[in-house]
Amino acid sequence: MVELPELSLPDDPKLVQNVTHFARALRKAGLPIGPGRVIDAVQAVAAAGFTSRQDFYWALHACFVTRPEHRTVFAQVFRLYWRDPRFLEHMMAAMLPAIRGVQEERAAKPAEKRAAEALLDGANDPLDMPEGQEEEGTEFEIDASLTMSSEERLRSLDFEQMSTDEVARAKRILAQMRLPVQPIQSRRLMAAPRGQRADWRRTLRNAARRGGDLQEIARAKRRIRWPNLVVLCDISGSMSQYSRIVLHFLHSVANQKGAGWAKVHGFTFGTRLTNITRHLATRDVDAALAAAGAEAQDWEGGTRIGSCLHDFNRDWSRRVMGQGAVVLLITDGLDRDDPGQLAREMQRLHLSSRRLIWLNPLLRWEGFAPKAQGIRAMLPHVDSFRAGHSIASLEDLARVISSPQDQGEKARLMALL
Amino acid sequence: MTEAKSIDQVQQMLAEQGYVCGRALATVVFLSLRLGRPLFLEGEAGVGKTEIAKALSAALGRRLIRLQCYEGLDAASAVYEWNFAAQMVAIRTAEAAGGADRAALQTELFSDEFLIERPLLEAMRPDENGAPVLLIDELDRTDEPFEAFLLEALSDFQVTIPELGTIKAPEPPIVILTSNRTREVHDALKRRCLYHWVDYPDFTREVEILRARVPEAAEQLSREVVAFVQTLRTEDLFKKPGVAETIDWANCLLALDVIDLSPEVIADTLGAILKYQDDIAQLQGSEAKRILEKAKQSLEEVP
Repeated sequence: MVELPELSLPDDPKLVQNVTHFARALRKAGLPIGPGRVIDAVQAVAAAGFTSRQDFYWALHACFVTRPEHRTVFAQVFRLYWRDPRFLEHMMAAMLPAIRGVQEERAAKPAEKRAAEALLDGANDPLDMPEGQEEEGTEFEIDASLTMSSEERLRSLDFEQMSTDEVARAKRILAQMRLPVQPIQSRRLMAAPRGQRADWRRTLRNAARRGGDLQEIARAKRRIRWPNLVVLCDISGSMSQYSRIVLHFLHSVANQKGAGWAKVHGFTFGTRLTNITRHLATRDVDAALAAAGAEAQDWEGGTRIGSCLHDFNRDWSRRVMGQGAVVLLITDGLDRDDPGQLAREMQRLHLSSRRLIWLNPLLRWEGFAPKAQGIRAMLPHVDSFRAGHSIASLEDLARVISSPQDQGEKARLMALL
Repeated sequence: MTEAKSIDQVQQMLAEQGYVCGRALATVVFLSLRLGRPLFLEGEAGVGKTEIAKALSAALGRRLIRLQCYEGLDAASAVYEWNFAAQMVAIRTAEAAGGADRAALQTELFSDEFLIERPLLEAMRPDENGAPVLLIDELDRTDEPFEAFLLEALSDFQVTIPELGTIKAPEPPIVILTSNRTREVHDALKRRCLYHWVDYPDFTREVEILRARVPEAAEQLSREVVAFVQTLRTEDLFKKPGVAETIDWANCLLALDVIDLSPEVIADTLGAILKYQDDIAQLQGSEAKRILEKAKQSLEEVP
């Protein structure tokens, strides 16, 4: 914890001290509060006066809270602190999860490890068991494709059929992979000698420099900006192997600086929706996925796509899709809920995104037909429908993600509907 | 103009302008006036964020300057722009008069005469009624570069024009920023402001608001309208109706001479409160009746 500098505020030393302590308590509870805010708060309280507890509350609230999520934490800390400052320390451990956030991170090492193990175990188990069968499959594969290098073979291999070793190698390849993106034309202008538009301001400035002689018209062109990527990844039982690997891919996309995407938002869903964006920012991929795994409570459970999408549309879509986001939806579409709701939510998602791309690992089966209720409900509302079962298919995705015409397999499957 | 001396006074001052607000909002407004800090208001659409700037400027007798944000908003449309056409004419005239003096022309071309002031610069100018109220509306619609620019403008209340120098506000304007939260505004900007999340009002306050805004509506109708909207907000809707919708709806009902809510009337005027087809479809048929009954029931519980 950073020590606060001495505050040179004369009025009431007791007040200054108390507000400072209160700010520290809030900081411990996870609110980002700098020393500047504390000075503001002292001034605010002095201005608002001490006549009522309510005014005091709102004065501090105005200075310390900057996000709606912080309001409850603030209310809790306020209630406890201004009743008895020492009481807070005893209560700290038992309070809201958000309040425990910082402390828990310190002690999180063993828990994190366990979460990491939980993530990796799953990757091992299903593969370890049918090891013999796997070997056979591998041999057959080699026979059929004698000319393929092992890396080429790995690229076309189904994630589900990879051995632990292959999974590790695949992850290394995925970490290098990029998801290139086309920029969007912004409405801002930038100076460009061959731009389409005249830049009058610069023209006149140049003219004034030459004593009012207009020699040429300065030009400008449109600046470009990069879209956001929103990834919704199904982590239910039927998808577990894919989602683990795709999350690796997602992590590498999210951490490629200067690679295009303005922001990458990640969500996982199974029976409920979890935002893992913050965890993806952790540089170490295992730590990031461990944190994400600990946050999402529904690994390998059932799927309720409709209601999860509903939650996303209601709580997040307006916040993360504001400026022309591309949405990557990774799910097998096997949903037990009401298909009516699923169709409605898919439509809403489609309407608010610039492009909606559905990756469905089931598509790798040659005879795949959209028979499942959920798939039939979702298919009409996506822009593109692609497989996402191997490195090669993810590479295909990288090739076409920014071409607006790409439909993947959608047209073929729509004909089968 | 009157200077706000206490929180009560602020609350009363706003109430006189027909803006009914809770103690919490009044406190933040008071602090913003007193400490000279910008006020950052976030909340759902239609809860009265923009309205407070209007009420405040009317109450204080200050000028209201509004800057509506949009994507691609740049300095030319937010701060200042040179009047290029006039500048060109000036150059030609000087040429025609023969032998323009370069330095003199430069000073003349970039003088106040050719400056077109946009909202931010306007707000920095002295005003006879005192510093104006500057409303920067829907900040979330603009992009990060503009936010970064605002940081400078809002922390020092000054604007730099290369040809003219720095223009500093003699008295800092009262700044109100609003956001619908379609994206997160950067913390650095929020840090310079006093923050308040404007929530939907409770039943009593919303009836008060309606009384202030639609005084012609009968008390019974107002209460029913508010109860219905309040119940509607507890339903699972894509976009919950705001206070603005409540007021609109009450006006609609008045125009139709409705004295009592019925499922048929609701079905006919639903467009005034719900703005998404999905939400409207959800409320067709017996659903509206159920909500109305629930609302009437809750009305009986409220004394």
